[in-house]
Amino acid sequence: MSGVRVLVGTRKGAFVLSSDAKRQRWDISGPHFAGWEIYHLKGSPADPNRLYASQSSGWFGQIIQRSSDGGNTWEVPGGEKMPEPYDPPVGGSNKFVYDTSPETGKPLTTHQWYDGTPHPWEFKRVWHLEPSLTDPDTVYAGVEDAALFRSTDGAQTWHELAGLRGHGSGSSWQPGAGGMCLHTILLDPSDPQRIFIAISSAGAFRTGDGGKTWQPINHGLHSLYIPDPTAEVGHCVHRIAMHPSRPSVLFMQKHWDVMRSDDAGESWHEISGNLPTDFGFPIDVHAHEPNTIYVVPIKSDSEHFPPDGKLRVYRSRTGGNEWEPLTKGLPQSDCYVNVLRDAMAVDSLDSCGVYFGTTGGQVYASPDGGDNWAPIVRDLPAVVSVEVQSLP
Amino acid sequence: MIRVVLPTHLRKLARVDGEVQLHVEGKVTQRSILDALEDRYPMLRGTVRDQVTYKRRAFVRFFACSQDLTHEPPDTPLPDTVAAGAEPFMIVGAIAGG
Repeated sequence: MSGVRVLVGTRKGAFVLSSDAKRQRWDISGPHFAGWEIYHLKGSPADPNRLYASQSSGWFGQIIQRSSDGGNTWEVPGGEKMPEPYDPPVGGSNKFVYDTSPETGKPLTTHQWYDGTPHPWEFKRVWHLEPSLTDPDTVYAGVEDAALFRSTDGAQTWHELAGLRGHGSGSSWQPGAGGMCLHTILLDPSDPQRIFIAISSAGAFRTGDGGKTWQPINHGLHSLYIPDPTAEVGHCVHRIAMHPSRPSVLFMQKHWDVMRSDDAGESWHEISGNLPTDFGFPIDVHAHEPNTIYVVPIKSDSEHFPPDGKLRVYRSRTGGNEWEPLTKGLPQSDCYVNVLRDAMAVDSLDSCGVYFGTTGGQVYASPDGGDNWAPIVRDLPAVVSVEVQSLP
Repeated sequence: MIRVVLPTHLRKLARVDGEVQLHVEGKVTQRSILDALEDRYPMLRGTVRDQVTYKRRAFVRFFACSQDLTHEPPDTPLPDTVAAGAEPFMIVGAIAGG
């Protein structure tokens, strides 16, 4: 491996942080799309120079950006005017339209609002972009209000996989405090037909047929903040992670509780163990040790900052239950930032690097699996997402 | 030619500096200007009005000749000075937070 490229989405633009394999000196590029909220950007595993970014604004809506040169230049797919006779262009890269077709979308009219009343689905933004493992032009988008879209033409046009909203429980989904967002998309490297997704606050779902049909996979979750704590749907799942070598083993950071499934989500059991608090947002897995996982405990659902003002990543080398705090290089007093659900990532260099960003604008890196940390940058806008590419 | 002033974010998105000049067929209205704008700059589709309903986005406003035209029906003819290119049609982001 020659190096890494860390892709950072913030409240006011995107940044690309690059380093060689030592991960000690960094080049900072950005802000890209200055002034816009960048919820997520991610590179294609099939072509590391192909990047996708979700750019949004409360004023001007959703834009999808695409780069074919590793983030040096960007374009809005389909946004360039084509010469005759191809005029007018599609220009549909930001057109996310819910399926209302009689065949698949007709019943998908409302979900529940915060007060339990029916509320129509309204597209707001793309939270997460997940490029295909094999095709640079295929990418999935998890959106708010919760739905899954797919593009097979490099993000020029999008089509909803409506079987998710239509599987039966969609009308009972409710938004969480951050909105009703589909924020996690995990593609199974061993089975192209199997996808896991998670929605706040509906729960986790799985398809085994490429997205046509879906089933909730929330058995074993226990959420005291909903009328039926063990309901089939309604759980506020914050993030799910998987190691590519063990795609049936899933790790989940729920609103409260850190959970594990060993059967592809059929059942879950708690692995919070000795964590100081089991509330948090991100969770991730070491690149080379499928049983080593990372979380960032947050004090509570109303106090979104680390306990005792100490920013600590917790690592379990046993797949859960037994956790150790990782503190070297992280602030251990007066620290009251948050780490959001998409703001942690790992690289796949020989010594696995771990990265996370904070709402205070810091991006921290550990080149040794979490033993030692140092900030790459300290003063970015609030960090929403962090992804990393290991470059050949 | 019709002169259109875009907000900063949309100028960057369309990669233009200053005013945009558009040729508009027929009556000069909000709708015909936005049609011409989106045809010339497809990357702006969906940023000023919804791509399906064509409703103005909530935090976008329209001004011309010191008049607030935000709530005018989209097919109402705009002032003659806009149609003649003497005054610009201004697309403005509403003041709402930072």
